[in-house]
Amino acid sequence: MSTTILPPGAVSRQSVAAAPPLPDVMQPKQPRKGFLGYLTRHPTIAIGGSLLLLMIAVAIFAPFLWTKDPTALAPVMRTRDPSAAHWFGTDMLGRDVYSRVLYGTRVSLIVGFGVAIAASVIGLFIGLVSGFVRWADSIIMRVMDGLMSIPSILLAIALMALTRGSVGNVILAITVAEIPRVSRLVRGVVLSLREQPYVDAAVASGTRTPVIIWRHILPNTLAPMTVQATYICASAMITEAILSFIGAGTPPIIPSWGNIMAEGRALWQVKPYIVFFPAIFLSITVLAVNLLGDGLRDSLDPRAAKRV
Amino acid sequence: MFAYIVRRVLATIPVMAIVALFVFSLLYIAPGDPAAVIAGDQATPADVERIRASLGLDRPFLVRFGEWVFRILRGDLGVSIFTNLPVTRMIAQRIEPTLSLMVVTLFLAITIAVPLGVVAAWKAGSWIDRGVMAFAVLGFSVPVFVVGYLLAYFFALELDWFPVQGYTPFAQGVGPWLSNLVLPAVALGGVYIALIARITRATMLEVLQQDYIRTARAKGAGQGTMLFVHALKNAAVPIVTVIGIGVALLIGGAVVTESVFAIPGLGRLTVDAILRRDYPVIQGVILLFSFVYVLVNLLIDLSYTLFDPRIRY
Repeated sequence: MSTTILPPGAVSRQSVAAAPPLPDVMQPKQPRKGFLGYLTRHPTIAIGGSLLLLMIAVAIFAPFLWTKDPTALAPVMRTRDPSAAHWFGTDMLGRDVYSRVLYGTRVSLIVGFGVAIAASVIGLFIGLVSGFVRWADSIIMRVMDGLMSIPSILLAIALMALTRGSVGNVILAITVAEIPRVSRLVRGVVLSLREQPYVDAAVASGTRTPVIIWRHILPNTLAPMTVQATYICASAMITEAILSFIGAGTPPIIPSWGNIMAEGRALWQVKPYIVFFPAIFLSITVLAVNLLGDGLRDSLDPRAAKRV
Repeated sequence: MFAYIVRRVLATIPVMAIVALFVFSLLYIAPGDPAAVIAGDQATPADVERIRASLGLDRPFLVRFGEWVFRILRGDLGVSIFTNLPVTRMIAQRIEPTLSLMVVTLFLAITIAVPLGVVAAWKAGSWIDRGVMAFAVLGFSVPVFVVGYLLAYFFALELDWFPVQGYTPFAQGVGPWLSNLVLPAVALGGVYIALIARITRATMLEVLQQDYIRTARAKGAGQGTMLFVHALKNAAVPIVTVIGIGVALLIGGAVVTESVFAIPGLGRLTVDAILRRDYPVIQGVILLFSFVYVLVNLLIDLSYTLFDPRIRY
């Protein structure tokens, strides 16, 4: 760049007056209001949310979406390639993969939402106790440190080894593995909120602790908790599939994506579609929840969004 | 500094104690009575009682826990119910494939993710940045076995560039060893790369706005020097921290990756042990993995001073 440096005073009145008008870009923008406006400002929420709604619809209406009984055996029809009669082909016992994958949506969503809700509620409680009760804090946090140093999938596997495989137990095992993260998050929020002037003011004016928690602390934990809950939901669905895939998850009778993949594993080199269809559904669903989480994070906590 | 190291090492003791307590409780409340199994079908209740006493199973929880901990500290993890081999020997037999897989994955992930994150932050808002961020979201969403099967299908079955499954020991040559590990490492590294790239980008974005970066630019440092010497060095601490935390993902993912690619490592051992309800093996593997995880994060904590001399203890 070659810019001539002008001596002071060289800028004439005329050249200042000739400054171009502000371009249109600088015009104040009127953001669209309402729900639609919100969605256009946060396209990830729109995309993730609608994909997730689609999956929920699939789970609810699975029996009406041209599916057959997902557990009906048909040995004559073993390992057929995808066709008009069997859209996703059949597995090694002749069961219709399309029907199994659609019914599998139910298991994944139930586990995902179940773990997200359970881990949030329990983690919220533990985090609040830890943030408010000084003597309990160090004990709780040491226990959480201990639990967190066991990789969460291993922790869930270990718990599943103790119990019979059932959807409830899977939810329980994954929840236990997720609780430490939530309680740490809540504790952190509580500790920083306790230093806020409005909490000091509430304490000074004689507000009782439960009221302070209810009115000043809880509402402020909601935003980070919602974001965290979506991420937990996504990772719970992956963990459920992993547990089922290695044979420590939902019982093989129940068609879950992990189970379908586990059954397709022996044949995957010749019949890859048995593994790939549930894999695609799982990936899309997890992607939907993750997109929703990213969007919620951006809209609920813009500062955190800038950091990561 | 020395006092800090001692304090930090001591701080891991309660954490490992809680892990040990959890893992021990696992066996304690596990269904099935070892005494009844050993006594067999013909045994009277008195026989079972006698065997239980001889095994020390009738003593209180804390006494047994204490003895168990001392046995572990002496390097005795017990005997597998299924194979009757010492758990330590079973782990020793399986450790090489898992260790190889993790080292290759770690190397691959760091060499790919850090430059990706740096470039994304440097060109923030550009299509490269968007591409990296989209890749990161995908990396978090597509489960490791899905990536594994896709890679195996295209690069092993269709293109025949790599072996489909299995493992070749390092002793049989670096080439075969590596060719067996490339696909599993890429599959396992997906989430990890996403995680590291995201944190690298975020930290670099912050660092690039600092005054000393402007100074570096002003004094005429080249783009490369500016990015990788001035900026990346200052962004190192959060990146290294996340690399340590992410080792948990590697450990969890190894269990699945080894199943997909039929690698006879610790992950397979864990899965087999779960299916057979071989509790001593499950205990041993979980203890080992947790210990490694705690150790890695301890080392990373201690390494902060290397990356940032301003940190003094």
